[in-house]
Amino acid sequence: MDFNAIRNLISRYCTGEENWVDSRTVYIGHREPPPGTEAYIPQRFPDNRIVSSKYTFWNFVPKNLFEQFRRIANFYFLIIFLVQLIIDTPTSPITSGLPLFFVITVTAIKQGYEDWLRHKADNAVNQCPVHIIQHGKVVRKQSHKLRVGDIVLVKEDETFPCDLILLSTSRDDGTCFVTTASLDGESSHKTYYAVQDTKSFNTEQELDTLRATIECEQPQPDLYKFVGRINIYQERDEPIARPLGSENVLLRGATLKNTEYVYAVAIYTGMETKMALNYQSKSQKRSAVEKSMNAFLIVYLCILLSKALINTVLKYVWQANPNRDEPWYNEKTESERQRHVLIRAFTDFLAFMVLFNYIIPVSMYVTVEMQKFLGSYFITWDEEMFDDEIGEGALVNTSDLNEELGQVEYIFTDKTGTLTENNMEFIECCVDGHVYVPHAICNGQILPGALGIDMIDSSPGPDGKEHEELFFRALCLCHTVQVKEEETVDGIKRGIHQGKGTSFYISSSPDEVALVEGMKRLGFTYLRLKDNHMEILNREDEIERFELLEVLNFDSVRRRMSVIVRSGTGELYLFCKGADSSIFPRVISGKVEQVRARVEHNAVEGLRTLCVAYKLLTFEEYQDICQLLETAKLALQERDKKLAEAYDAIERDFILLGATAVEDRLQDKAADTIESLHKAGMKVWVLTGDKMETAAATCYASKLFRRSTQILELTTKRTEEQNLHDVLFDLSRTVLRQHGSLTRDTFSGLSNEFQDYGLIIDGATLTAVMKPDQDGSTGNYKEIFLEICRNCSAVLCCRMAPLQKAQIVKLIKFSKEHPITLAIGDGANDVSMILEAHVGIGIMGKEGRQAARNSDYAIPKFKHLKKMLLVHGHYYYIRIAELVQYFFYKNVCFIFPQFLYQFFCGFSQQPLYDTAYLTLYNISFTSLPILLYSLIEQHINMDILKRDPSLYRDIAKNSLLRWRIFIYWTFLGVFDAVVFFFGAYFLFDNTTFTSNGQMFGNWTFGTLVFTVLVFTVTLKLALDTHYWTWINHFVIWGSLLFYVVFSLLWGGIIWPFLNYQRMYYVFMQMLSSGPAWLCIILLITVSLLPDVVKKVMCRALWPTTTERIQNADKLYQGHLSEFTPLSSLHASHHKAADAHHLNPRRSEHPSKKLMYTHWGGGADYCTFSSSFGHLGLHSAYSWGGHETSV
Amino acid sequence: MASGYSAKEEDGHHSGALGPAGGAAVRSRKPDNTAFKQQRLPAWQPILTAGTVLPAFFIIGLLFIPIGIGLYVTSNNIRELQIDYTGTESSSPCFACSQNYSWNMTTPCVCSVSFSLDQPFESNVFMYYGLSNFYQNHRRYVKSRDDSQLNGNLNSLKEPSKECEPYRTNDGKPIAPCGAIANSLFNDTLALYYNDPNGTETQIQLVKRGIAWWTDKHVKFRNPVGDDSNLTAIFQGTAKPVNWQKPVYELDSDPENNGFINEDLIVWMRTAALPTFRKLYRIIEKNSSTSPTLPRGNYTLKITYNYPVRSFEGRKRMILSTISWMGGKNPFLGIAYITVGSICFFLGVVLLIIHHKYGSRSSSADLTH
Repeated sequence: MDFNAIRNLISRYCTGEENWVDSRTVYIGHREPPPGTEAYIPQRFPDNRIVSSKYTFWNFVPKNLFEQFRRIANFYFLIIFLVQLIIDTPTSPITSGLPLFFVITVTAIKQGYEDWLRHKADNAVNQCPVHIIQHGKVVRKQSHKLRVGDIVLVKEDETFPCDLILLSTSRDDGTCFVTTASLDGESSHKTYYAVQDTKSFNTEQELDTLRATIECEQPQPDLYKFVGRINIYQERDEPIARPLGSENVLLRGATLKNTEYVYAVAIYTGMETKMALNYQSKSQKRSAVEKSMNAFLIVYLCILLSKALINTVLKYVWQANPNRDEPWYNEKTESERQRHVLIRAFTDFLAFMVLFNYIIPVSMYVTVEMQKFLGSYFITWDEEMFDDEIGEGALVNTSDLNEELGQVEYIFTDKTGTLTENNMEFIECCVDGHVYVPHAICNGQILPGALGIDMIDSSPGPDGKEHEELFFRALCLCHTVQVKEEETVDGIKRGIHQGKGTSFYISSSPDEVALVEGMKRLGFTYLRLKDNHMEILNREDEIERFELLEVLNFDSVRRRMSVIVRSGTGELYLFCKGADSSIFPRVISGKVEQVRARVEHNAVEGLRTLCVAYKLLTFEEYQDICQLLETAKLALQERDKKLAEAYDAIERDFILLGATAVEDRLQDKAADTIESLHKAGMKVWVLTGDKMETAAATCYASKLFRRSTQILELTTKRTEEQNLHDVLFDLSRTVLRQHGSLTRDTFSGLSNEFQDYGLIIDGATLTAVMKPDQDGSTGNYKEIFLEICRNCSAVLCCRMAPLQKAQIVKLIKFSKEHPITLAIGDGANDVSMILEAHVGIGIMGKEGRQAARNSDYAIPKFKHLKKMLLVHGHYYYIRIAELVQYFFYKNVCFIFPQFLYQFFCGFSQQPLYDTAYLTLYNISFTSLPILLYSLIEQHINMDILKRDPSLYRDIAKNSLLRWRIFIYWTFLGVFDAVVFFFGAYFLFDNTTFTSNGQMFGNWTFGTLVFTVLVFTVTLKLALDTHYWTWINHFVIWGSLLFYVVFSLLWGGIIWPFLNYQRMYYVFMQMLSSGPAWLCIILLITVSLLPDVVKKVMCRALWPTTTERIQNADKLYQGHLSEFTPLSSLHASHHKAADAHHLNPRRSEHPSKKLMYTHWGGGADYCTFSSSFGHLGLHSAYSWGGHETSV
Repeated sequence: MASGYSAKEEDGHHSGALGPAGGAAVRSRKPDNTAFKQQRLPAWQPILTAGTVLPAFFIIGLLFIPIGIGLYVTSNNIRELQIDYTGTESSSPCFACSQNYSWNMTTPCVCSVSFSLDQPFESNVFMYYGLSNFYQNHRRYVKSRDDSQLNGNLNSLKEPSKECEPYRTNDGKPIAPCGAIANSLFNDTLALYYNDPNGTETQIQLVKRGIAWWTDKHVKFRNPVGDDSNLTAIFQGTAKPVNWQKPVYELDSDPENNGFINEDLIVWMRTAALPTFRKLYRIIEKNSSTSPTLPRGNYTLKITYNYPVRSFEGRKRMILSTISWMGGKNPFLGIAYITVGSICFFLGVVLLIIHHKYGSRSSSADLTH
C-alpha cells in the first residue's frame, strides 16, 4: 500500500515538468548539427534489445534460489533443514529437506520454463528485421541493433520497433494512421502527425540531407504524454524549433495502418520504450486471509518457540540428577560429554525446534497456492460469466485475491461503461429552446423514411433558422471523429451494391459518434476530413467545406473542446462544446435560460448533456490565438499548464447555441446487481465524471437510490449557501439522529423502518473536505465525512477526476475499520482506482482494455459482478478459511502428541512417529482431501447464494478467521492431541494387549497414535464437507486407504539401504490386536465428539443465516423451492419475524402456503424443479422486489 | 441452470452478428459446459443437524456400553500378580543383593521371595519382568543399535553403525551386538517354585520360546551366516557387550535360541514406549486340562540378582498374568467405552430435547406459517 503511494509520488514527480531537468538530445541520423550551435556530446543510450526475461543461463540457479528463499516461509524451512544437517537432531534431514527440495524444484522448473519462453519471445522480437536509412540507402538490420537517432522506415501493417518521432509519411499531409490495439486495446485508428517542416523529406535521399536534433524528456511510462522539441537546421539559418507532442510519437507495439510507409527517427529504444516501461509489474496485493494467515503463523511460531523452550528448560531441570542425565545403561559419547553445557542446551533447543517444526508445514504454502491457482480456473470456466457479444469470459489476472472477493464491503464503481452500456444514442437536441428529436433511432440504424425532424416547438424564425443550422454545423465540425471508409477494408463489392460507399465513424469518445450520427439523421452529414478541410453534406445535398485551423482537444479538467474553422466564405468560427458547467459561465449571449431548463430536464432524465456555443473571430483575434497556442505548445516546461491557460483565454465570450442530449442505457441487470450487492451488505459508491443530475438519474434507475432514500447533498451549490463546516455538521446530525434512535442491528438494514440515506458529493466539495486546513482541522472534516458515509447505503460522487477516484478509495481503505474495497471500471480513467482498491475489477468495455489489463479480475459486464462476489467470492472465502484453519488444526493434532511424549521420554527429543510418517503426513496422507475440499466445497447451492445475497453478510469482516474461531480450532487440535496421546498411553500403561502376551514397543505406540491421528483429521474434514462429489469420496477414502496400504508396505519388508528396520511388522502386529482396534475406534469417536456436538448445538440453538438456509434446503430435498420465502429464514431478528407475521397483506400467504405443500411434499419434485427453474428465477426476482416494497 | 440454457440460445443469434469495432473475428472461447467446470457436479449434501446426528449418538451409546461392559468384565477376570523384588527396603529379601552390587561380581547373588496365590491361575500364565523409571525410550538409547548387524549382515558385524557409540567397539574389536540397548540386556534370572503343602518345592517349567514376535525372530533378527555353521567361529573377532557376562553366542544352549535370535535379546531390543514397562519373560504352559496352571498355594520366586536399578531409582517386578483375547489386565478400555457410551447416550437425549424444542422452530416453523 505504501509502495503504491511512493510510486504515485514518484510518477507525479516524473510527470511534473518542473522537475524535468534531464532531457535527451537525439541527433537525427547521427549527423552533427552545424558547428557553433551546441557542443556535440553523443549521449549513450541502450540498444533496442528487449529483455523481459529475468534470468540468464548462468545466473538462473543462484538468482532463482535467492528469490525463492527471500520468501519467509522457504527461508524458515531452509533454516530448519540446515539445523538438521548440522546438529544431531531427532529426525533425519530428509524429513524437511525432501519436501523443501520438492517445492523449490517445482517452483524453479516452473519459473525456468516461463523464463525460457520469455527468452524465446525476446529473441524473436530482437531478431526481427527493421529497415534503417543509412547514407541515403535502406539497410536491413536486426531489431536489437537499432540505436537512438536511427531513421527507420516502417511500412504498412508493420509494428513500430521502438518509440519513434514521425518525420514524414507517404501521404502528402504528413499524417499516418496507427492502431494501438496491442498497447491499450483501443482498436480505432488514430492519426499521428509529422512536423510540418519535415514532412517533405519523404525519400531516402532527401532524408539524408535532413539535419535536425530532437530534444525530449527522458523516457517515462505514460503512453499519452510526451514533451519534446525538434530543431531543424537549414543552411546558415537559425534552427527552426517545433514542438513535439504525443501526436508525433509512434509507440513501440503500435501498428501502422492505411499508410504506405513512414519515416521516423528512434528516440527511445529497448527497455526505455514506453511499452517496456509499462511492463513493470504492479505492486503485490495481499488478501485479508493472507494477513490472518500470517498472524496465525506468528502465533504458531511463538507456540513452537515456547514449546521448544519449555522442553529445553524442563530437560535441564530433570537432568540435574546425573543418574537421569546419564544412567549406566545409556552413556554419552566422550565428545558429547565434553561439550559446554550452554552449547548443549542450545543444541537441544534447536533439536526441539526441529522436532516440532512440522507445526508449520511447507505443504500449507504449497496447498494454499495450488488452491488459489487451480481455484481461479472456476472463474474463467464459468459459463454464466461468459459474454456472447464480446466472446469472452471472465479473466483472472491475479489468483491471490480470490477469497477477497468474498470480503468486499465497499464497491466503487464507475458509471459510464460500467453501470451503463457506454452505447450512446442521440436523443434530442435543443436549439435556443426548440427541441429537435430525430425519429426512429434504432441502434444507429436509420429506418427508411424516418429522416424527418419532429419539431416540438416549431416556430423558428429566420433568425432561428440560421441559429439552427449553425448549431448543426457546429456539431458536425466540433469533434475529433474519423470517418472510416468501408471500401478500404471490405473491397469495392459493397460499394457497388449500395451505389455509394458506406462509411462509419470512429472516435475515442462514443458521445461524439452519437452526436455526429444524430446530426446525420437531422440532415447534416459529416463526410470526411480532407486536406485539412472538413466536408459537410448539408440538407440541400450540397457539400460545404470548412478549413480546420485549430483543435483545442478535450480534457477532463476543462470538460470541453473547441475547433476553429474557416468557412467557405472566409469567416472564422470558434465552436465549442462541453459540459454545461463549463460552458454557461463563458457564455455572454444566447437563450441561456431556455437551454439551461432543457439541459436540467434532460439531466434529470438521466441523459448526458452537452452544450454548444460559438463565437466569430476576426482575423486579428485568430492571429492572437495562434500566437498564444504556439508559445504554449512550444514550451518545454509546464506545457500543460500553459496550454490550459491559453485555452482558458481563448474559450470565452461565447454565444450559446443549444444543447444536446445523449442517452447511455443502463447495462443489462445493472439494477438487479446493485440491489443484490446492497442486500449483501456492501456499500456501493458511484464515482463518475458526469454531472450530478445525470449521475443521480442513473443511480435512481440502477436502484442505487430508491424512492425512500433520503438524499443528502454535499455539493458546491450547497456549500456556496452555507459554509462547508456547517453543511458537514448538519448532515452528520441528520444521519446520527436516525442512527441513535434505532438499535444497532446490521440485519435490519433491509427493513423499512430504517431510513436509508444516499449521499451526493461532487469533486470540488470533496477536494475541500480533503484539503488540509491551516489549523489542522482536516482530520476532523474527514472524520465527519467518513461518519456520514458510513451511515449512507449509497454514495454518489460526481464530477470526479481520475485521481480523485483513487483518493476516495484510499480514504475509505485507510479509514478506521479498514474495510475491504473493490473498484470496478472500464476506462483508463478508472485504472488509478482499480490499482488502489483491494480488489480491482475491470470491465472489458468499449474504451480500450486498459482497465482490464490493470485489474485483478476482468469481467465482460457489470452484472457478472454479482456472481463473482456472491458465489465465487463466497465460495473461495469459506474454502480458504477452512483450508487455513484446518491446516493449523491438523498440525496441532500432529505435533502436540510429540510434545507430550517428551514428558515421558526424559525430554530426549525422541520422535513419537517414524520418519516416514513425519515426512508424509502433510505431503500425502492428509494433503489431498483438504486441497480438493478447498477447490470444490459448496456449503450452499450456488443458486441460493445468488438469490439470497444477504448470506454474504455471514462471512463479512473475515468472520471465519476471527481469533475466536482460530482459538477454537487450536483448542480442538490440542484436545484431540491429548485424547490420542493419553488414550494410547493408558492402553499401553504397563500391560499387554495382545492375546499371545507379547509386548509392543515405542514404535507401535507412535503408530497407534498416528493411525488415530490420520483417521481423525480426515474424518473431521469429512464432517465439515457439505458437498460430497465422487471426487471427495475418492480422495477422502482414498487417502485413508493409501495410509493403510502404505503402512502395510512400509512395515511389510526389510528395506534395503535403510540402516534401521524399526517399523518392521509394527503396523501389522498392531492390527492383529483386538484392543488396538477398539482403542482406535474409541479415540476417533472421542476426538470427533466435541466438534460434532458443538456444531449441532450451535446449529440448533444459535443458527446463522447460512445454517438456516441449509436446514431449509435440506428440508426440501436439496434444492430450495423458488417460492420459499428466504427472508423468513433470516428471522434472527424477532422484530422482523413479527413484522412478517403481522403483514396486513395476508392475501399473499395462502398462495405461498399452497406452493410449499405442493413443492415440498410432491414426490416428483425433481421434475418440477427443472422445468420450472427458468420461471422460478424470474419470479424470485419479482418477489424480491415485492419484499422490499412491503 | 435456467439461465445457462437461455444463454446458449442467445449464442446463435449474436455471436456472428455483432463484432467488436475492430472487426476481429469472434473466436468462441466459451467455456465448456461440463458439470465439473461449472461446479455443478452431482453431490450428496449432508448436513449435521440434531435430527440427523441423534440416531448416530444413540447407536454409539448402545454399541459402546455393552462393549465396555464386556471389556471391563474380561479385564476383571484376568488374574494378575505383581511382585516387586527391587530390594531397596531393608526388610526385602533382595536387600542384600541390591546393596552390594558390582558388575564384575564372580558369584551371582541369589535371593528368593515367597508369595502365595489365593486363587488358581487357569490356562496359560505369562511371566513378565517389569522395570520402572527405566528410559528405554530415550532418544540416545533408542537409536543405539544396528539393525543390519542384528539381521546377520557380516559387514555390519565387523563394522557396526556409528549410532552404536559409545558401545560400538571395545579394545578395538567391534561389539556384537553393539549399542546401548543390547549392552543393557536384562540379565536377572527368575525361577518359580511351587511349595507343595507337604513341604516339597517343585520348580515350575518356564517356556522361553514364543515370547518374541514371530517376524522378529524369523526375519528381522538373524545370526550371521559364515563358512562355518558354528556361531563361535562366526563371531570370532568381535567383542561381547561390556556389561554382558557371556558373549552373544553363549546366550543359550539351544542353537535355535542362541546368538542374535535369542528371544530374550529380541524382546529386550524392542524398546518400550514408556519408562515404566514390562517385558514378557517366560510362559507357563497349561499342561493338563483338569488342574489349573498355577494352583492356589505358596510359591517361591528365586532371583539371580544381576541387574542394577538402584542408581536411577528404578524398580524391578515380576508379574504373573493370565491373558484373555484382549490381553492383560487393563480396565482402561472397558471404563472408557462405558463412559463414552454413556456420554453419547446422554448427549443423544439432550439433542432429542433440543431437536424437539428448537429444531422445528429454526426451519419448518416459519415455512408453514
